[in-house]
Amino acid sequence: MADRPITYREALSSALREEMQRDERVFIMGEEVGVWGGTYAVTRGFLDEFGARRVRDTPISEMVIAGAAVGAAMAGLRPIAEIMTINFAFLALDAIINHAAKVRYMFNGQFTVPLVIRTTTGGGKQLGATHSHAPEVIFAHFPGLYVAVPGTAYDAKGMLKASIRDDNPVLFVEHSTMLQRRSPVPDDPDFLLPIGKSDIKRKGSDVTIVTYQKGLEHSLVAAEELAKEGIEAEIVDLRWLRPLDLEPVFESFKKTNRCVVVEESLPMFNVGAEVAAQIHDVCFDWMDAPVKRVAAMDIPLPYSHEIELMALPSPEKIIRAVKEVV
Amino acid sequence: MAEPIIMPKLGFDMAEGTLVNWTVQTGQAIKKGDVIAEIETDKATIEIETTVEGTVLQLLAEPGDVVAVGAPIGYVGAEGEAPPEGAAPAKAAPAAAAEDAEEPAPAAPVQAAEVAPVEAAETGGDGVLKISPIARRLADERGIDPRHVQGTGPGGRITKKDIEGFVVAKAKAPAAPVAPKTAPAVPATPPIPPEAPRPTMPTFTEIPSGPDVEVIPLSRIRARIGQRLVESKQFVPHFYVTSEIDMAAALGLRQQINASIADEAGRITVNDFIVKATALALRRFPNLNSHYYGDKLVRHARINIGIAVSLDSGLVNVTSYDADKVSLGTMAYNHRDMITRAREGKVKPHEIEGSTFTVSNLGLFDVDHFIAIINPPEAGILAIGSAKKVPVVLEDGTLGVGTRMKVTISVDHRVSDGVEAASFLQVFKELLENPMRLLI
Repeated sequence: MADRPITYREALSSALREEMQRDERVFIMGEEVGVWGGTYAVTRGFLDEFGARRVRDTPISEMVIAGAAVGAAMAGLRPIAEIMTINFAFLALDAIINHAAKVRYMFNGQFTVPLVIRTTTGGGKQLGATHSHAPEVIFAHFPGLYVAVPGTAYDAKGMLKASIRDDNPVLFVEHSTMLQRRSPVPDDPDFLLPIGKSDIKRKGSDVTIVTYQKGLEHSLVAAEELAKEGIEAEIVDLRWLRPLDLEPVFESFKKTNRCVVVEESLPMFNVGAEVAAQIHDVCFDWMDAPVKRVAAMDIPLPYSHEIELMALPSPEKIIRAVKEVV
Repeated sequence: MAEPIIMPKLGFDMAEGTLVNWTVQTGQAIKKGDVIAEIETDKATIEIETTVEGTVLQLLAEPGDVVAVGAPIGYVGAEGEAPPEGAAPAKAAPAAAAEDAEEPAPAAPVQAAEVAPVEAAETGGDGVLKISPIARRLADERGIDPRHVQGTGPGGRITKKDIEGFVVAKAKAPAAPVAPKTAPAVPATPPIPPEAPRPTMPTFTEIPSGPDVEVIPLSRIRARIGQRLVESKQFVPHFYVTSEIDMAAALGLRQQINASIADEAGRITVNDFIVKATALALRRFPNLNSHYYGDKLVRHARINIGIAVSLDSGLVNVTSYDADKVSLGTMAYNHRDMITRAREGKVKPHEIEGSTFTVSNLGLFDVDHFIAIINPPEAGILAIGSAKKVPVVLEDGTLGVGTRMKVTISVDHRVSDGVEAASFLQVFKELLENPMRLLI
């Protein structure tokens, strides 16, 4: 079957639809997912197609959404809970971290938690500090919870379908400014991507850029600019913050000897900190320069659009960081 | 407002200098251009002139101190003014070291007695040689002492590129000769892989001591010579071609010229003839006037002949700029002046760099001939023996007495081959045997 370029949004929709068609136990719950069709129109038409039993609008309470979803998963259903933005998931941290991530360990695996919590991340839409951060790294801190961060339509579809079919709880993080991005995606209803595998998105020999989601988009732009100056960046798209697959990063680093980590997270205790520490540990004898990090500025994201963009990573910031190490 | 007197940068690769002595005192008024101190660099002892005017307020460095380039060694200000508060002794000045970090020192090996100040200087002030882990590992694998490598990374860090460049520049193997298929008996020499481990410099852990020996720390200039020449012998594939030159005409012409010159300073030496002949011969062989940089040769338009001058402390090359163009008379005067000042430690920085080819002359010391070590990145060096009266076969087949001088050219085989070296010597010989051509 030929791969068709579709949008990130269509990739998510089709993944959900296919999995709901495939498995009766799969259902969707969240704020505005039914009548309204989802805040980002990912579930538009689902209420008509699958009915109110499987597409459930909930009260405006993230703790209720996540808590009920954990219970349903423990009881044998395969819920897909939607939380409008990851910044609101803080309200549901107890259900997500203390319950979804830990309950199997605490009850000796008597049950599984086949739960997917879909949420959106990312700034740049002038929504203010409480809606705009990209704090997915917080959720990746805890063992027991997978954290998916797809950066293309292709990855979004294959990773979401794999998440729904997996028996472990997954926080599935979508980037709110990338829903229109297109890439070719297989039509195959069994198109799955492995959980916890990063992916080389661009080959290069001079510097390794480790990134995901919006950082991937910026890095690809930066890499083309750098290539004009003869600097070839290799881009590793992590795709999952947990399980974190750094093998391709180490392999790439042993070739390039330099690394820049690009992410939209805040700069302290972020993905770059983890990647840098592990490179330092595994690749010390291959290091030619310190690992550099490009992240959001260490401030609550401003409301002013211009200042908000200044506070976020950009291709220019990536180019600057790369030039500091090559 | 007090202004610092700064350790000047007296050569492109100078990272630090030793204060030999001050020629001014605290309280003395100085103006721009006054000689204020003598500084010993890796290459020579040089008088430095002040670039600031006023009264000397404080002399921070003491004779013997090794100070990083850019570090204050004293202060000048208004008469009666106090030197700046907490003016640190120059040898420990961290601010200067930070400035210096932009240009890390390749740095000669350092004697223990000098360690404290020197280390601070060559390492950018934090006591650590700035080198990335992979660069350090590659240097280890290839037997390169990283202190000899110029770091080009941020803050002067030695990076992988610098080590690889060092190997390529100093050790690039010539292409292997390919044995023709028709002659399979000739074995092809396998190419030497550039990453082949290099022999390391021997380290000397235990040295003799006690009443029967005197232990003399190597002077900086001696250490620098040692380091450069070991590198040259290790990395430059030398070959040598010797020729014998009839010097009767040249010596006769010299006598004739000098007889007419009253001023001793203007008299022409044999060496002046040799430098002139070398320069004119190099005009015909521009390849030998080029410098080797790994995969590139830099061919020099100017012919600047380095003249090796022996000093008490070692050796220095003074440079005879445009030796193919400058007249023999001017050249004689310049050479004598430079060589005298070099021996007094008063040579100027530009007079000891910029040479494109070198001549080393031991003619005054009654030697038959000798061979010299190339001064990289130069392509060759000419070693001159003594002009001697020897029995010769004359043109009519009978024996007679002639004046002969043996010269040996050492050539970097990566740059040139035997035929070119021999052809060069032929031209050189023709010039000296027909010395009027050196005057036109």
